Amino acid sequence: MADILSLEGVSIEHRGRRGVSRILDGVDLSIAPGEAVGLVGESGCGKSTVALAAMRYLPRGMAISAGRVLFEGRDLAAMDEGELRRLRGRRIAMVYQDPMSSLNPVMTIGRQLVEVPMLHGERDAARARDRAIAMLREVRLADAEATMERYPHQLSGGQQQRVVIAMALMAEPSLLVMDEPTTGLDVTIEAAILELVRDLRARFGTAILFISHNLGTVARLCDRVGVLYAGRLVETGGVREVFRAPAHPYTRGLLDALPDLDRPRGGARLAPIAGTLVAEDRARPGCAFLPRCPHAAPAACGAGAIALAEAGGAGHLARCARLGELPARMAAATDAAAQAEEGPVLLEARGVGKWYEVGGGMSGKPRRVIRALTDASLEARRGGTLAIVGESGSGKSTFARVVAGLAGEARGALSLAGEPLSGGVDSRPRELLRRVQMVFQNPDSTLNPSHSVGYALMRPLRRLRGLGAEEARQEAARLMARVQLPAELAERRPWQLSGGQRQRVAIARALAGDPDLLVADEPVSALDVSVQAAIVNLLADLLAGSDMALVLISHDLALVRHMADRVAVMYLGRVVEYGPAAQVFAPPWHPYTEALLAAAPRPDPDAPPPEIVLAGPMPSPAEEIRGCVFASRCPRRMEGICDTLAPPERVFGAHRIACHLELAAPG
Amino acid sequence: MARYLLRQSLNILLTLLAVTFLVFALNELTPGDVARKLLGPYATQEQVDHLFREMGLDRPLLVRYAEYVGNVLRGDLGTSVIYRQPVADVLLDRLGNTLLLAAICFAVIVPLSVALGVLAGMRERSPLDRGISVFASICASIPEFAMGVFMLAIFVVWLGVLPGTSPMRATAEWPVWMQFVLPVAVVTLYDAGYLVSMIRASMVEVMRQPFVRTAVLKGMPFHRVVTRHAMRNALITPFTVILLQLNYLVSGLVVVETLFAYPGFGRMMLEAALAKDIAVVEAGALVAVTVTMLTQLLGDLGYMKLDPRIRI
Repeated sequence: MADILSLEGVSIEHRGRRGVSRILDGVDLSIAPGEAVGLVGESGCGKSTVALAAMRYLPRGMAISAGRVLFEGRDLAAMDEGELRRLRGRRIAMVYQDPMSSLNPVMTIGRQLVEVPMLHGERDAARARDRAIAMLREVRLADAEATMERYPHQLSGGQQQRVVIAMALMAEPSLLVMDEPTTGLDVTIEAAILELVRDLRARFGTAILFISHNLGTVARLCDRVGVLYAGRLVETGGVREVFRAPAHPYTRGLLDALPDLDRPRGGARLAPIAGTLVAEDRARPGCAFLPRCPHAAPAACGAGAIALAEAGGAGHLARCARLGELPARMAAATDAAAQAEEGPVLLEARGVGKWYEVGGGMSGKPRRVIRALTDASLEARRGGTLAIVGESGSGKSTFARVVAGLAGEARGALSLAGEPLSGGVDSRPRELLRRVQMVFQNPDSTLNPSHSVGYALMRPLRRLRGLGAEEARQEAARLMARVQLPAELAERRPWQLSGGQRQRVAIARALAGDPDLLVADEPVSALDVSVQAAIVNLLADLLAGSDMALVLISHDLALVRHMADRVAVMYLGRVVEYGPAAQVFAPPWHPYTEALLAAAPRPDPDAPPPEIVLAGPMPSPAEEIRGCVFASRCPRRMEGICDTLAPPERVFGAHRIACHLELAAPG
Repeated sequence: MARYLLRQSLNILLTLLAVTFLVFALNELTPGDVARKLLGPYATQEQVDHLFREMGLDRPLLVRYAEYVGNVLRGDLGTSVIYRQPVADVLLDRLGNTLLLAAICFAVIVPLSVALGVLAGMRERSPLDRGISVFASICASIPEFAMGVFMLAIFVVWLGVLPGTSPMRATAEWPVWMQFVLPVAVVTLYDAGYLVSMIRASMVEVMRQPFVRTAVLKGMPFHRVVTRHAMRNALITPFTVILLQLNYLVSGLVVVETLFAYPGFGRMMLEAALAKDIAVVEAGALVAVTVTMLTQLLGDLGYMKLDPRIRI
């Protein structure tokens, strides 16, 4: 059968003020009817450009310089505007990252959905409306008719993405292009969306081009996968072959950089890919990956164009000059080296909570209490990592902010090495500020763009440690060495650095005060996996042998499993499970922990689909909940008990689970 | 909603009290007294003192202010010293003229700037965009008086096709409607230049939003993407600024009114202030503040209508 979409040697160039740069370089890709093809790679590798080229919607300045994009055998470039319009939305539809901004904020969901059939030949508005409602039911939105009248901001992120998917499927297209459709969504919602797409694909027979930086989601959904690096397809094949026996060093690097959800921490290090993609690599005559490749042999790899070659199974191709000579992929070291013992308790939280009052008074709105964090009792020990996981809205960031003093006065008792740690940053003495430091998620927005790296590091040194100018300069250089940043970067501004370098600066800045406690809120979730691995290793090195403690806030269970000594699982402002990492990741589980573990995507095509997919949204933190906070979504809810009585705390040694279920003690 | 309106009304009332009191008090502090001004430099001090007492100016400030507020509530705005008429009469006459000019200007400026702003912003850096942007910057950067003088030189002195003054009475040569052309043109060019730039910037921003891409990739023709999806979003931010033009048009046209000898509200305020005609200044302030507060209220309500994310 003819391919739905095929790219034949497509090169795309961007012409800008800084000259011409090649975004895609001779990409061949085809998708058969009903097939799901994944496209992976780090940011800047050209994945999204492929998606936009498939719709002939390239950004200004970009143009196809060679090759053809064929849809059902017809060259998109040869079509006029009218033909293109009849294709878009009708035969090819797109689902985007960030559903909130992909929907028009001032139009109802209904109007935006109905537009699709009305643009493609439907004349009867009532019939279009019925079709929209039926489609909303297909994507399993409860109360489809009411949703039609809502505006995008009145829906949750998961609901918005269901609406975008419904909109894409309205005209039953033969190709669905999905560009990072689950990035930014919580794992439980991601799992539900992926299940939905699998199901819809089986029912409608739609072919899918699935673009993601997340190898786990690709493994769960796709038949075939292509790996892009610097605009070139470096490996392609069946998803099983590529993930099981990756041939190209870059693919291997991507897979090896990931922390493994099913392997406990044991002092093992992640394997980052060295360096970053720089502009010159795009124009490299041989392999673009050469400067970062551990197996590079400059004579063979840098000589000239390298063709895709057979790499094992049928249709499994890789673009590597040393394909036959590469050493077999090493099984990642299961380095079970005894993990260092944790030191004495540094941070101790007893019944810590943070409630906000909103509305009331002159605002004209009823007074409500937002229970962002309730009754959290946790501890972080010197030399160890306390990780807090949960979906957005679970209160994990609120805990971090309370500890760092960014949330003002809080309830309960918090102490640092036995001394009370209370109030906000304004009321804390400077010495206390020095001892608690924070690293934020997005280094782009937390570093002042007008300060050089050196200045950003010297300021806390002078303010918190009272160093003189010359001492501060020397100390800043030492800090940069400690986070493995080259000294010459001291004069640079944040925008001249890569994302990984910026996060290193942020970490160095936090270390400047020589803190006892480092609070890191999603420190690597804005970074590519290869860079993420390097930052994770850095944090591990900094902790090893020091008496600092790390509080790690993350939504990534695999990362937590890799880094944490103790884990707290939070839901709707409450700690539902807490204990040493080894025990939290082993049964008995709180049903919420179990659901999170099931939902986490694994880069393994043979991993079974999650048995538990959480339905429904998290309740509002303004609701007063009498029973267990998780009762409304719990797959093991006992009616009449869980929704009326607060759950008892079941204690297994250092491991605590707040649940009504009679959980068996570990054997 | 009801609570919001109640709160805003209370707000308006409090602001009016505060502003009128401030104007009242400021008048006390500025040098030169009204009685002396009225009687001229040759009156004796006794005569001045007599008038001073007769006008009740020897009583404490708060008493006089309270009395003033009482009078206003009864609809008595006092008597103008320079125009020698009840303030209400002067005010209504001048305000009527100004509102007429403001209404015409507003009716020209808003559709013109929305149309030009949207056309310029829908395709960033296109020739149309560049043309409109340059035109808008030129208009906005020439001060009103300079623009007025240029226009007078061209259309009155050189071509002789338009009247040079706008006294609002039909003269032998010029009917009243022709007297409007130049003032409206000057105000429109100056003000629209600014609004076009605002609306263009907002439109450019909206056209970069992912939901515009969503609409295009649904297969929607470009002109419908602009009118159905982009325009309403692009007007949300400039909406307050558009309404603020009402304030400017009612109380900020002093320069244009003076230039064309147009008997308007701005000029009245200027004359009254120079002559320390406190009754007129007070009444004018009352009007100006009320207009400002009402446009703000209108702005909030319009915002809510434009953007469903905003609830009050």
